[in-house]
Amino acid sequence: MIELRALSRTFRLGDSEVHALREVNLGIGRGEYVSVMGPSGSGKSTLLNILGLLDRPDSGEYLLNGAPTAGLGEEARARLRREHVGFVFQSYHLVSRLTARENIELPLMLAGSPPRERQRTVGAVLERLGIADRAGHLPNQLSGGERQRVAIGRSIVMKPDLLLADEPTGNLDSRAGAEVTALLEELNRDGITLLVVTHDATLGRRAARHLSMLDGAISGDALAADTASAARAQSPDAAR
Amino acid sequence: MRPADLLRFTLLALRRQRFRSLMQLLSVAIGVASVVVLVALGEGARRYVLGEFSFIGKDTVVMFPGRKSTTGGMPPVTGVAARDITLADMLTIQRTVAGIESIAPVVVGNAPVSHASLERDSTVIGTSADFFAVRKLRIAQGSMLPALALDIGTPVAVIGQKLKQELFGNRRAIGQWVRLRDYRFRVIGVLEGRGDSFGMDLSEAIFIPVASAQAVFNTNGLFRVVLKAREGVAVEPLKNELLARMKELHEGEEDVTVTSPDAMISTFDGVLRVLTLGVSGIAAISLVVAGILVMNLTLMSVSQRTPEIGLLKALGATDVQVRAIFLAEAGLLASAGALAGMLGGRVAIALLAALYPAVPFSSPLWALAAASALALATALLFAWLPAGKAARLEPVLALGRR
Repeated sequence: MIELRALSRTFRLGDSEVHALREVNLGIGRGEYVSVMGPSGSGKSTLLNILGLLDRPDSGEYLLNGAPTAGLGEEARARLRREHVGFVFQSYHLVSRLTARENIELPLMLAGSPPRERQRTVGAVLERLGIADRAGHLPNQLSGGERQRVAIGRSIVMKPDLLLADEPTGNLDSRAGAEVTALLEELNRDGITLLVVTHDATLGRRAARHLSMLDGAISGDALAADTASAARAQSPDAAR
Repeated sequence: MRPADLLRFTLLALRRQRFRSLMQLLSVAIGVASVVVLVALGEGARRYVLGEFSFIGKDTVVMFPGRKSTTGGMPPVTGVAARDITLADMLTIQRTVAGIESIAPVVVGNAPVSHASLERDSTVIGTSADFFAVRKLRIAQGSMLPALALDIGTPVAVIGQKLKQELFGNRRAIGQWVRLRDYRFRVIGVLEGRGDSFGMDLSEAIFIPVASAQAVFNTNGLFRVVLKAREGVAVEPLKNELLARMKELHEGEEDVTVTSPDAMISTFDGVLRVLTLGVSGIAAISLVVAGILVMNLTLMSVSQRTPEIGLLKALGATDVQVRAIFLAEAGLLASAGALAGMLGGRVAIALLAALYPAVPFSSPLWALAAASALALATALLFAWLPAGKAARLEPVLALGRR
């Protein structure tokens, strides 16, 4: 599903160059649950941005679903983002003047789908996330956990193949964090490819595959089949 | 993105920044309102002046002694004539030139008019009954000058409304005698209304038969001959024929001027039109200033909503969509501002019309349309740059890392 070949990204800070990614090679299969861990500045976020087509690499290749993305124009990249990628951010990034329902509806609106169909899709998502009773509330009337649920709802409303989460529990207390984690894992079990960038070791260890990054390169890539499946088996009960 | 969604999304954004939106709306509204009001003022002035001229009528031709080579301007008030136009000339013309409905001689002078102990300096107009028809003057009380042979001086007079008030107050004027130099005239009629014409206030004038006036002022010549063309007769050929006939009568000398108010009206009309356009052009500058304000406010909106732009892009919004969102914002505000401006302008015009009922203020449709179109065009033009800046924002940078 995802294939990176000798991918590099360099930022210029004043006179010095910062190599956020150095010759990264990586393959991620459909339906995988991957966590990316590493210290600040190790290139985790840059990797996430490039995978989400928010940023372009300086060199190397990125193949999404087998198709190269290097030559694509802004319009085509926007379409790929819209149809294939969902984002979950640490600070939710909800539009504060829109209600929970309208925030979830936003990608559908940008895609221009008809209102009636939108209502149905959004209604289903709200039901699934268990926030149907909060649909008419503005973000500042919601708790942190509820806000992140709305954000997750927005990220999956277009039914993407790839869900990119950047510190999804970073702003939440442990209980709300556990709920959000459980929700993400449930989505993963339903087939979505989930990539979580985190500082939180407990969250990171839950993934089936652990990537560690250091100084712009992938320093560790371990499958944790036993622990992960054990954690996943427990998660629904732990969450509720 | 569907237009209805774009509209709703934009409205929500505008509602959130209420004060800023209001300021922007106000700036556009003031621009549009000033254009509308100034055009109305210009149009009002133009119509007012044309209305004054229409007292004379378009089919009127004026002939006076002396030659003025330029055309289209105002005729000289006092013709320096080589040779007078006499009553006999006028009668010949009346007999021989076809297409004249009515023709009247005019002798003008200034003299004190008195009744009992009251005396007033006033304009004395010696003329005939036809004059009232040509100049569209109406009698309020009594009758017009009698239609007698022109060379007979009868001691009767018609006086203007104002002169009547000054000499007689509210008492009855008809049948009373007034003194004019060494002559006495019996008042037989009083003019109706203001009687403004050609800057001459006829309400202060006294009208007497032309022969009497010639006697009072001891003159043979006529100050003017005014005539009205018969319905359907073209004025230009008539003027040429008059000139030719007068040349014959004056032994081949072309020493009279023939003019029609039509020429003057079109001159005034042109001048006032240009004036209106100029003034409304100045008002349009305020719209451009409003446009610059729109640009600033859109820039502010873009920088304030940078994270939101990043989010929209992450959700799959294209550059075109992001630009459309900000252009819609500016366009919506400009439209609302234009609407408010038109309403405000209309209210201002209604107030002006109430204050100065004599001037026919009007806001022509083209002014409303042009002002609104200009407001919308400037707003979109000036918002294009900041909206483009928003569209080109790199999503990563826009999202920021909070």
